[in-house]
Amino acid sequence: MKDSANHTVLKTNALSIGYRSKNNESIIASNITIQLGKGELIGLVGANGIGKSTLLRTLTKVQPSISGEIFIGNRPIEDHSSIQLAKALSLVLTEYGFSKNLTVYELIALGRHPYTNWIGTLSQNDKNIIEKVIGQTGIENLKEKKCYELSDGQLQKVMIARALAQDTQLIILDEPTTHLDMYHKAYILNLLKKLASDTGKTILFSSHEIDLAIQLCDKLIVMTEAQVISGTPKEHISKGSFNNLFPKDLIVFDVDSGSFKVKK
Amino acid sequence: MQQSRSYRNQYIYLSLILLLFFFVNIGLGSVSIPLKSVFSSLLGGNIENDSWQYIVQNYRLPKAITAIIVGSGLGISGLLMQTLFRNPLAGPFVLGISSGASLGVALIIMGASIFGGLVGTMLMTPWSLVIAASLGSLLVLMAVVAVSIRVRDTMAILIIGLMFGSITAAIVSILSYFSSAEQLQQYIFWGFGSLGNLSWNQLGVLTLVYVIGLIFGIYSIKQLNTLLLGENYAKSLGLNIQRSRLFIIIATSLLAGTITAFAGPIAFIGLAIPHLTRQIFKTSNHKVLLPAVFLYGAIVMLICDSIAQLPMSNYMLPINAITSIIGAPVVIWLLVRQRKMMF
Repeated sequence: MKDSANHTVLKTNALSIGYRSKNNESIIASNITIQLGKGELIGLVGANGIGKSTLLRTLTKVQPSISGEIFIGNRPIEDHSSIQLAKALSLVLTEYGFSKNLTVYELIALGRHPYTNWIGTLSQNDKNIIEKVIGQTGIENLKEKKCYELSDGQLQKVMIARALAQDTQLIILDEPTTHLDMYHKAYILNLLKKLASDTGKTILFSSHEIDLAIQLCDKLIVMTEAQVISGTPKEHISKGSFNNLFPKDLIVFDVDSGSFKVKK
Repeated sequence: MQQSRSYRNQYIYLSLILLLFFFVNIGLGSVSIPLKSVFSSLLGGNIENDSWQYIVQNYRLPKAITAIIVGSGLGISGLLMQTLFRNPLAGPFVLGISSGASLGVALIIMGASIFGGLVGTMLMTPWSLVIAASLGSLLVLMAVVAVSIRVRDTMAILIIGLMFGSITAAIVSILSYFSSAEQLQQYIFWGFGSLGNLSWNQLGVLTLVYVIGLIFGIYSIKQLNTLLLGENYAKSLGLNIQRSRLFIIIATSLLAGTITAFAGPIAFIGLAIPHLTRQIFKTSNHKVLLPAVFLYGAIVMLICDSIAQLPMSNYMLPINAITSIIGAPVVIWLLVRQRKMMF
């Protein structure tokens, strides 16, 4: 995927994120310059409360940036209408508050919302795409099940399939592995890796599974108090980015194994 | 698609049942009319007894049509509310929308005397009742929505709906202090609910507004389905939340508002029918649910009305009593049977 890496899907330029109210401005992170290429799997890691969710919310236009620029494709994010944005990027969120009284097929079909007519009729093309993403995520056997019958791991696969059905170049997932056991954490991240390389989509996710992310991701964005750096896992290890990720009193990064160890 | 065929069959069965109860409803009443005469007067043929023909054409037929409109309209507005507020207990009655409509009607019936004379009589046209009731329900609904944007807790929204109900009751009791016994009686009878007091003229007004509300509801089907995912997902799918919400609110206030204006505040239909339908059709897909709620709402209302007129007797029970006696246990049963009610 070397040659396609120069095809940029999302780019930020000196981006500052945070919250702005009438008389004060609280900046959470600044000078963020990242580039996400076609077919890449990118992990976003950082301690709790460092601003991972704020960054994802800013990148998806849920909240405005403080300063700097975000480009999706070649156009600034502000220039996208809501439908254009829905055709450019899809989301998998941490919220589980949606109605579970739908079949898996119906839920995935909702991903076709930006493309269907006023009453939501699925065309043959829509149906083909839905069948395709069901195959890609390996959930053929769940198709007619109700969402309330699914386990957390199965539900996460369905939500990923729904995002795939939205047929966007970029998929952003907010902590897709929370609530999952160790096997399913690895399973989901491995699935994302496979989807990125098979379909050429760009997949960005935030996660606390740093050791899995090091093994699977093409690129990692590491958020610390001081800065936001992006690079390949190898570059991060040799630069020692992970050493500053957490307070050093309890855990340290072990370069040889590529994972964190408890201090003894 | 095997599933869509089985839905179609269910729709056909339900339509036949609806037709059956429509004729049962027309066939029953305090005056016993032979079935043959009922049919021939419906078809406009001449029958030997003029008063039978008058009863069927000008009383029983409009009443049965009103029952269909009231049942389906309240059911659909309940469905819209439950999805919009993501709350299985929402409904026009619980959210105070019916109270808002009552307030509008109270202002017209009892406020007419305050304006007095010519203005008073001008206020008493069928249109003014519709407009006042729709405005009243729209007002309450807007207030509930405004609060619901700030307060995320779904239980709090229901309590706020109840509070609006109490405020309305308070204003009504203040108004009643200043109005004549006759007007008070008129308002109280309206409050019992009735399907049988509509002239063909009034029924025309009701039907027109009902159809407009229905069109807004049908137009919202896709948006409602997307809203099932929650607002954040819906937004990420390019849905214009503000506009969708406005359309759903307009549909609900037109449906619940006019129906309440003409038939009185009818309890539980709006809350119970969507749940009953979801239990039977086992889906939350609005494309399936909306027609199903229409059919079930109409059937249940026709049955309730047939019971209310106590066939073969001269008595007529208030329709509100019947819907409450049937509706409240249904809601309790649903709550007990299902650990968690779904919307």
